[in-house]
Amino acid sequence: MQTLKKYLVTAWQTLFGGPIRAFGVVSVILMLALAIAPAKDHFSQWHGYQRGYLKLIADRSDALSLRRRVIPGLHQIWLPELGVVDRCTTCHEGLKEATLADVPYQPFRKHPAIPHSLENYGCVTCHRGQGPATTVIEAHHSDRAGEDPILPARYIQSGCGQCHQNSLTGTPQLNRGRDTLASYGCVRCHAVNLPGGATITPTDNPPSLVHLADKTTREWVFSWIKDPQAYAASATMPNYKLSDADASDISAFLISSSTPNPGDTATLVTASAKPIDPSAGASLYGESFCATCHAVTNAAGNLVGGNIGPELTRIGNKAKPEWLQAWLNDPRSYDPASPMPHYRFTPQQVATLSQFLLAKSDSDFGANVHLDPATPAQITHGRKLVAELGCAACHQINGVNKPQNYAPDLSRIGSKPLTQLVFLPGMDQTLSTYISAKIKQPRAFGPGLKMPQFTLSNAQNDALTTALLSLSDRSHALPAKLRVTAVPDTTYQPAGHAGKLMTELACFSCHRINGRGSDLAPDLTWEGSAVQRQWLDSFLKNPNTLRPALIRRMPRFNLSDADRKELTDYIMVAYQSPTIDPDTAPSATNPPATVEHGRQLFYSKYACQSCHIADVKTDKGYIGPTLTQVGSRLTPAWIYAWLKNPQALRTGTLEPNQNIGDDDARALTAFLMTLKSSGKQEKK
Amino acid sequence: MSQRSITGAMLLVLAAAAGCKHQPATASAAKPTATGAAIVESSGGKQLGPTGTTLKDPIIVQVNDDQGTALPGALVQFHGPAGVHFEPAEQITDSSGQATATVTLGTIAGRYQLTATTPGKSQPATVQLTEIALGYQQQLGFVLADKYCNRCHDPESSAERVSNYDNLEVKPHPFTEGDTYNKMSDADLLAITQHGGPALNRSALMPPYANTLSPSDLQAILAFIRVVSDPPYRPAGTVYAQK
Repeated sequence: MQTLKKYLVTAWQTLFGGPIRAFGVVSVILMLALAIAPAKDHFSQWHGYQRGYLKLIADRSDALSLRRRVIPGLHQIWLPELGVVDRCTTCHEGLKEATLADVPYQPFRKHPAIPHSLENYGCVTCHRGQGPATTVIEAHHSDRAGEDPILPARYIQSGCGQCHQNSLTGTPQLNRGRDTLASYGCVRCHAVNLPGGATITPTDNPPSLVHLADKTTREWVFSWIKDPQAYAASATMPNYKLSDADASDISAFLISSSTPNPGDTATLVTASAKPIDPSAGASLYGESFCATCHAVTNAAGNLVGGNIGPELTRIGNKAKPEWLQAWLNDPRSYDPASPMPHYRFTPQQVATLSQFLLAKSDSDFGANVHLDPATPAQITHGRKLVAELGCAACHQINGVNKPQNYAPDLSRIGSKPLTQLVFLPGMDQTLSTYISAKIKQPRAFGPGLKMPQFTLSNAQNDALTTALLSLSDRSHALPAKLRVTAVPDTTYQPAGHAGKLMTELACFSCHRINGRGSDLAPDLTWEGSAVQRQWLDSFLKNPNTLRPALIRRMPRFNLSDADRKELTDYIMVAYQSPTIDPDTAPSATNPPATVEHGRQLFYSKYACQSCHIADVKTDKGYIGPTLTQVGSRLTPAWIYAWLKNPQALRTGTLEPNQNIGDDDARALTAFLMTLKSSGKQEKK
Repeated sequence: MSQRSITGAMLLVLAAAAGCKHQPATASAAKPTATGAAIVESSGGKQLGPTGTTLKDPIIVQVNDDQGTALPGALVQFHGPAGVHFEPAEQITDSSGQATATVTLGTIAGRYQLTATTPGKSQPATVQLTEIALGYQQQLGFVLADKYCNRCHDPESSAERVSNYDNLEVKPHPFTEGDTYNKMSDADLLAITQHGGPALNRSALMPPYANTLSPSDLQAILAFIRVVSDPPYRPAGTVYAQK
């Protein structure tokens, strides 16, 4: 005690023994205190990075110009409209330096080229993270409530999707995710309201189950709902992981609730006069271009064909013969909304095709399914399950109403607070991991969850996660002027008898007209200006392919002469472009000198033969339509306007706009108009 | 030769700078039962994918013995620059002597040099695979090139599309043909895409795209050509990082 007191007294004497000495000591303490702030800055993490940057650029040949642009201290991008306060550029100093594109690591590498500037959009708008933070951990990895960690690079396209509701060329993953949301029926159960009020409309076509018993058996329904992918690997219907008893009850209810459709029980036409040639079915399937929409798994195990209609690999296990014939006869009698054309097959053709299709069966599928006759208790339980599982959200079912708000609203799923999520043990606690895992294995998050198991590839899973992450709080808070909305399909419906024919032939399943329809086949909005009446008439009678390398083609419908005339007349009159004036167009007949000049332009100056065939002996171009008969197919006015600006007539068409002058375009038109068909319709 | 050595040095620098951090091996009960003499690529090299994404196809390598026959039971380890993730990073070759891993690319766009190693009798045997991560602009160029260019510039036909390459009198250069493209400046390549082959006294079979594609689209296609060219494109006059 004594020693301590003595020691303290000595220390006091040494430091504050006299007024001058005391003044000096106090000054030193004060100075040290004042130095704390700059020292803290100096030893801070971001200052370390700024020193590192100076060191990096010091050895480079453009060091002087790089150093001139270095601003010491904290940097900040403040964009009140976007809610951005970003200090990221404090450490990421090389983001705008073109010459630093070769630095193999961040934070000093140049940002890859994107269409937006750092100053106007900031960093967190796309990358998320904590903009105002000044340490690496806080800025990148914060997982506190209400804070966002950096978004993994694989989902970065979700940033674009916050403003761009339309499909962007540079964001295939985001586009695919949105397509999947619409085509796998996600939006039938989950509401998705985009900022600005638009919604995502489903593009899948789940069949109506109103006349289900006409089409198939209870055993098939049982096997299908137990495991849809066992029937067809490409099926989009999810697996509900039903027990045998539940699947049996649901199948009992669905079959019992079905009402008969008068057309489906018509007598079979197998008893036709002519015997059916076994190979005729395959060739009719090929000629009718069924594979444009339907896929079949071939012997090598590859899925061949389109995905507009259901896969037909095991159709023989599913369809009842009477129903299949009625369906082939007229799909709209069973399902008025079907995207399948009414082919107008002859009874003989229907018999041939149905026999061919019914042979596509798999004796192993559903072999062990033996169901006892349904009891009323089973049917009642089945109805309860159908209501609980939300089957009617997709399918039309007699006696079950479409459920409203069946599944959680996903309009802001991209900013769902982590505190509201239940993670699985050992899982990365981030929103993107959660969404991805939930899509991959929904039932892993709890046995009572209703969301079924979808069959999605990893790429589809990533795409869906990207699309969902774009539905963020920020996307709803962004100023409306930044929003780029998608142009929704119109509800265009052609009028009159021709309109009815076009619905029956399902033209819109492949063609686009006036903003409605698919882009599988050419847009027909201006078809009346483009083609000659006689050609159109013979094309509808017997469509031949225009492009040599095209796999998916226009099917042949057995239209009556009157119907074909009606349709041809309608297309020629209704689908006229206002920009094409037949009166001022080049004439169809021209002096030989002009034609020869056009030929030379075709082959040398514009080298059209790289994509087109004008003369089968010399040309090989495989990309554009064959032009050997173009003079009998297209109007001179259309050819002239097309040569001048193809994209003005069909947006997004492949043919480049070559900026062809008036005289050249006239000469080329003159040459092309001489390429006539020999008169007789070419045999397919 | 000097170009080659610079390239080699660059890749070394990249690998070193990136830290060559490989994923911790997943606990696997299997122990290697054989030691190979050589390791070769079966498939999965030269793929393209956006940064940070998992490549479409897995990489498959095969371990061979002295006789050159496939060897089951050998240990294979995959390594890559920082940010690259292998699933699994370490495994034993299967009954056909092959090891398969899915690859997730890093967040930086460009070329990724991946290495598969097997411990040989005296020294480890390695094989290198190159994968390319596309940034936004390169990805846009990839999509555009697929729509507008590849029908002629890619000699390979797919099930959905027949290549027009063989039909052309003057053959277009595939975009991977670095020996051709690396000699051309950005300005020359842009001039050809904008104004067609004749702009540079080349074939008129190459049409002009200045009125069809926007300048930023053309720039994106250029960026795509630059990133896929093999050997890699090294613009003249650029200084490369020392560390």
